[in-house]
Amino acid sequence: MSGFSATRVLAVMIKEFKQLTRDRLTYAMMLALPVLQLLLFGYAINSEPRHLPTALLVQEDTVFARSITSALRNSAYFDLVAQARTPAELDDMIRRGEVQFAVTIPGDFTRRVVRGDQAQMLVEVDATDPSATGAAVAALAALPTQALGADLKGALARPTGEPLFEVVVHRRYNPEAITAYNIVPGLLGVILSMTLVMMTALSVTREAERGTMESLLATPVEPIEVMVGKLAPYVAVGLIQTAIILVLARLLFDVPMQGGWLGLSLGVGLFIVGSLALGFLMSTVAKTQLQAMQMSVFYILPSILLSGFMFPFRGMPAWAQALGEVVPVTHFLRIVRGALLKGQGLEDMWRELLALVAFVCVVTALAMARYRRTLD
Amino acid sequence: MTLAIDVRGLNKSFGDKHVVQDVSLQVEEGKICGFLGPNGSGKTTTLRMLCGLLTPDSGEGTCLGLDIITQAGAIKRRAGYMTQKFSLYEDLTIEENLQFSARVHSLDRRKERVDQALERLGLIERRAQLAGSLSGGWKQRLALATATLHEPRLLLLDEPTAGVDPKARRTFWDEIHALAAEGLTVLVSTHYMDEAERCHEIAYISYGRLIARGTAQQVIADTKLVTFNGEGPGIDRLSGVIGKLPGVDMAAAFGQSLHVSGTNRAALEAAIAPYRREPYRWAEVEPSLEDVFIRLTETSQDNFG
Repeated sequence: MSGFSATRVLAVMIKEFKQLTRDRLTYAMMLALPVLQLLLFGYAINSEPRHLPTALLVQEDTVFARSITSALRNSAYFDLVAQARTPAELDDMIRRGEVQFAVTIPGDFTRRVVRGDQAQMLVEVDATDPSATGAAVAALAALPTQALGADLKGALARPTGEPLFEVVVHRRYNPEAITAYNIVPGLLGVILSMTLVMMTALSVTREAERGTMESLLATPVEPIEVMVGKLAPYVAVGLIQTAIILVLARLLFDVPMQGGWLGLSLGVGLFIVGSLALGFLMSTVAKTQLQAMQMSVFYILPSILLSGFMFPFRGMPAWAQALGEVVPVTHFLRIVRGALLKGQGLEDMWRELLALVAFVCVVTALAMARYRRTLD
Repeated sequence: MTLAIDVRGLNKSFGDKHVVQDVSLQVEEGKICGFLGPNGSGKTTTLRMLCGLLTPDSGEGTCLGLDIITQAGAIKRRAGYMTQKFSLYEDLTIEENLQFSARVHSLDRRKERVDQALERLGLIERRAQLAGSLSGGWKQRLALATATLHEPRLLLLDEPTAGVDPKARRTFWDEIHALAAEGLTVLVSTHYMDEAERCHEIAYISYGRLIARGTAQQVIADTKLVTFNGEGPGIDRLSGVIGKLPGVDMAAAFGQSLHVSGTNRAALEAAIAPYRREPYRWAEVEPSLEDVFIRLTETSQDNFG
């Protein structure tokens, strides 16, 4: 009876394998997950984004200005999406996050180039995510020669090596390109989703697995009452987590806090409720706690990879960005980064807040539709 | 006479399994009705349909005068349901479980009611103990106290005493009788014959169909079963041989004696005639409820295949 018996190992092995195949959903997810994730993230993630939205403010109408415009247009890194008329308009665009770059060609640009009098053009970079802009900023070094080399002939030609004009790069919101400024606020979104979605995803399945659901359903308690009652304690958990993360972000990482507190508070509230409601929805679908866990992992991966948390959102192909827009973390990250790093007000982030409101409503409605009043 | 339960033609299928077929059931107010039948016969499903946990595919009726389909919510407020599996929160204390029940039923005088329930249970001192740490018998009594905290008019119990020792079962049934004396109607499913005999009346369901109904005596009389009890050394070993004889519906050994039953008296007597000799002694006895139920189970058709 002692010793190592291959038959006994086989007995356990066969039993385990059979149980595995009985749980269809688990099995399917184990096979589908790697394929799906590999295809999704393999194609979606690009840490050297190109075609970044760029706004242009041209304060003179000259050949040189047009040459620079077309040089930018020809570059793979910049997509000219807007022409600003005033510096204030340009500033709004970059603060709201509509563009990643704001290029200004000043009124005296051509005159100074011709005279060789320290001509400058200004490139303002939204550096909240330093990794999104690194390659593009590096490409700017070649811009003067590329743009004006053909225009400066004859008498205007310069000795090689001497710069035709200077590209002044102004990294806004994160001048030292500190990655932590971007990552730490982003972590708030990731940590909240991980803990809150998972905790509530287990809540209803646990009742079903332990058999307490039957008693609960036999009481007069209504579905929405169960949901609100179950989620409320976790709202408190989420708020405490937020407070801890923000305090540590300030104390340990010196993350700037430019304001935008009203928007941030609304965003945090909506995001917590949305994440909890999503967890509740999962728990109405999953039959076991294990399935609920798998579903939350399935949700958390795109939240990390497609939301712009880990890799620049604008680096992803259009279809992946469309997917990313569906993930609530994407909008929450924009709110948190916008508020903390840029001091965005409600007028700058209302779209993102609205997206979260829509998410909360849709998920709650689905959860209520899925929640069973009976055991049918 | 007021009916606490009055349902007709209840049907319920899960997939291609027709679990409950045309079940009609009437239970008078204040009566304890035993709900019997083999495993998988549809007892739990019927109980769940009565308290609004399942929606019948077809059929109609009322519980406490409320429509079981359109007024399920109101029935939930007035009925108590105790599940087969212990389904209170094991990680809450005894008192907390009672408090939870008091709150979901929006009861007034919560503290008073919970204290009263604890006192009735004799668990005042152990109120802070986790429900999960209670023994089987205590768990069932706590579940009963929780299911009756809101003073329901109808109590549905699904095998409340499965796996509980005889003394705890007796205590449990004393409580049920006390509740019925106060006017509560009880429908209780069970596999124990002694419990069935403690009910005012019984309903027997097999393979989804209600096949017998009435008091224990009526049900026994209705099956027209004849039973002989044989005694003698080694007679219990004859059950296999006698059970196969024509006219014998069943033969079951009980310790040193053998119960032989059949519906045809002449055929049955003919079958045991060869054994009516020393050292065996035979006597006709009243069939037990168990004899009757086994007979009912074997003759009802298994429609599940």
